[in-house]
Amino acid sequence: MSQSQAQKKQEQDAYKKLAQKHQPKPPLLKNVIMAFLVGGAISAVGQAFINYFAARGMPPDKAGAPAAIVMVFLGALLTGLGVYDSIAKVGGAGAAVPITGYANSIVATAMEFKREGWIMGMSARMFQIAGPVIVYAVVSGVVVGLIRWFLAGVQ
Amino acid sequence: MSYLIAFVVGGLICAIGQVILDRTKLTPGHVMVIMVVSGAILAGFGLYQPLVKFAGAGAAIPVSNFGYVIVEGVLRELKMQGAFGALTGVFELAGSVIAASIFFGFIFAAFFRPKS
Repeated sequence: MSQSQAQKKQEQDAYKKLAQKHQPKPPLLKNVIMAFLVGGAISAVGQAFINYFAARGMPPDKAGAPAAIVMVFLGALLTGLGVYDSIAKVGGAGAAVPITGYANSIVATAMEFKREGWIMGMSARMFQIAGPVIVYAVVSGVVVGLIRWFLAGVQ
Repeated sequence: MSYLIAFVVGGLICAIGQVILDRTKLTPGHVMVIMVVSGAILAGFGLYQPLVKFAGAGAAIPVSNFGYVIVEGVLRELKMQGAFGALTGVFELAGSVIAASIFFGFIFAAFFRPKS
């Protein structure tokens, strides 16, 4: 009895291995290249806004914030128009990792859950992905800041 | 030239994200969280600021920058007012992006409908 069970398990494992071998592997190289191109292009657009604000007399290290705000605006707008979805399909992480992807995660979930109401639907669910991002950014930021303060002091 | 550096560095950060996406079962949401925590840790070692100086938007546009600006705000306020700065500084620099994403997110989600 137990012997046949062991045999069965062995066969199952062998099948699993076989199935795994024939499972289509994601085309890693192509995906990584597309992520590089799309993420790079979005960053270059961001650079255009940084250069624009810097040219209008803003100190270069201060020009990042308004540029980020413009990019959030564009990410949210393109999501609303349904364009960002197509960019994400091509770019994968190249669309998700830039700040426009963060804006996309807010508008996409908010639009989707609007039918469940404007308060507990749209407004509650808009943070489904952005919420964890903010939570981990704040917690890691406070912890890292405190550690650095205790260990090295602040220059 | 600033465009080329921004393109390459921003592209590389996204490529790292894509490797994580393809090689693990993690979702884009997980990757974004990994990026912000990495940004905060790199900022703790003093490595992210030089990257922003070098690459401009290439480092400032990926979400990893979010972790960095929070550490920057926290350190700035810790220096100014001591321990409370660890919390008062959190949104000093990061606040504008959160405000923008909530405000524009609300407006566009209210105005548009999902396509599918």
